[in-house]
Amino acid sequence: MSATLAEHTEPAPLSISRPPTNAEIVWDRFFRGACFCFAWLTILLVVLIIWEIGKHAFPAMQAQGLEFITGDKWDAGNNKFGILPEILGTLYSSLLGVGIATVLGVAVAIVLTQDFVPPILEVFLKNVIELLAAIPSVVYGLWGIFVVIPAIRPAANWLHEHLGEIPLFGTRLSGPGMLPAALVLAIMVLPTITAISRDSIAAVPPKIREAAYGLGATKWETILAVILPTSSRGIFGSVILGFGRALGETMALAMLVGNASNISWSLFAPGNTLAALLANKFPEASRVEIDALMYAALVLLTITLAVNVLGTWIIMRTAVDTKGGR
Amino acid sequence: MSVLPIRRQTMVEGDIDLSKLERRLREPRTLINAALNWLVAGLTVLAMVPLFSVIFMLLWRGGQRLGIALFTELPPGAGMVGGGIGNALLGTVIMVGIATLLSVPVGILGGIYLAEFGPNTKTASVVRFAAKVLTGLPSVIAGVFVYALVVTTMGTFSALAGGVALSILMLPTIILTAEDAIRMVPHRMREAAIGMGCTQTQAILKVILPTARPGILTGVMLAVARAAGETAPLLFTALFSDYWIRRLHEPSASLAVIIYDFSGQPYPNLIEIAWAASLVLVLIVLGLNIAAQFYLRKSFTK
Repeated sequence: MSATLAEHTEPAPLSISRPPTNAEIVWDRFFRGACFCFAWLTILLVVLIIWEIGKHAFPAMQAQGLEFITGDKWDAGNNKFGILPEILGTLYSSLLGVGIATVLGVAVAIVLTQDFVPPILEVFLKNVIELLAAIPSVVYGLWGIFVVIPAIRPAANWLHEHLGEIPLFGTRLSGPGMLPAALVLAIMVLPTITAISRDSIAAVPPKIREAAYGLGATKWETILAVILPTSSRGIFGSVILGFGRALGETMALAMLVGNASNISWSLFAPGNTLAALLANKFPEASRVEIDALMYAALVLLTITLAVNVLGTWIIMRTAVDTKGGR
Repeated sequence: MSVLPIRRQTMVEGDIDLSKLERRLREPRTLINAALNWLVAGLTVLAMVPLFSVIFMLLWRGGQRLGIALFTELPPGAGMVGGGIGNALLGTVIMVGIATLLSVPVGILGGIYLAEFGPNTKTASVVRFAAKVLTGLPSVIAGVFVYALVVTTMGTFSALAGGVALSILMLPTIILTAEDAIRMVPHRMREAAIGMGCTQTQAILKVILPTARPGILTGVMLAVARAAGETAPLLFTALFSDYWIRRLHEPSASLAVIIYDFSGQPYPNLIEIAWAASLVLVLIVLGLNIAAQFYLRKSFTK
């Protein structure tokens, strides 16, 4: 556009404006090109990541086939690899963590938006939750080992002794296990769930709330019957995104989940996740084992991509809906 | 809102029987309301416990070792006393520096494309989608990718590979915040610049970028903070080293990896070092986060 302007403007002697020189136009073209290339680089990076991991996983895919996904032993000595315990462990720990985080996150989101506390306290609360996201996951892992595990061990073992018949409490908590991992995971996804739920609850038009009050509803009847259903899709999107984050979370789990190829309902039994498997086995793996780990990485990548795309799509659709409703 | 005062008025004379509007404590709906109030209050307090517990533990267990030696000495071996995290701190700074050099130009130019040159093109929506995918990429996958691409080609674990892995995790934050910051610049400013005869490039470099600078810098600071705390991508790209880093193409220690390695050791001295390293790492990360927020707020009030 500026190039065509340059052809038409007469030189005006007393004006501070002037048309661009040819050199400036060439520089403009170059800069546009550079921006375009760098934008494309982002797309290329995603393609390259998928291609590169797929390429390295291919030998293992040929050698192991689908048994890789259904097998439950990781035996590097005999070149037998199976990641079923890791897939199930990833889903189990993430579901537990996200379940706990959803209860806490939605409660905090309600407190932050429905005039429960004075505005100053609201800001303080919001900052505390946001700071949770800033703490590196390896620090949470360290904290989990030395604070969470000792803190929950007596209660866990009491539950096992008295209610041991229930599969959930089927084993003792001797150290690392599913529950401490899930608790720390819950803390890590809490900021994601709180922030997005808070936004979607705050987006509910105030007149809907006032109408409910006007009909004589109590505060909680309004929240449960009007506000939460109206914002449910945004909350659901936040849960899916939190789930996506939990699936890929590595360090806290590698430090807390126990790294045992073990399938168990028990909250206190050690288990493993895909990301923790990669973190623990990769540094000392042999050539063949690395191929198998690449295959595991591809499985993890596929699962997290699918969950994240779904979550983003739900939130985008909610945004369009609320805009249309106004 | 206007309903609330009426509820609290218990005895008011009037034509209608206001006592019917009065809420009785024993009525189930009132009880449920009160119970739920207490429930969310409890859950909210519960949600705040972890942060304070983490901070308390860091100060208590990590604070003991805070001193000059922590920053100048090499990590101790098994069973040894003393030692520090000097090489790990230097390694983290170098690798985050490499990652910043790689991701900031790509991120800002990409953000400019998204906000200025083709905000509504198909390319832009695909780029935005790709950036969102990268945001959700598990950090360990970035490590696996860089292992396959850089470590196997170079034949050695290296600080360089660690930096590349971190840059992949920084890129989406920078590109998306840069786009947002540039979009916040009022339209009349770019129209004025172009009306004066600027090319679009001149308008961007001389008018729009300086105006959007606080937002862009905030994004960069947040990305740096995130990268500094990442462990998984470094585990098998930079690996670890007990010595000071001399060249970029050899393995390097980092704060995050030293915490992971030492957390599982049976020696109290190493555990203490892990807590001290955590304290330093959290101070860096929180410092960057708070600085970013403060800087953004200050530039808005100006």
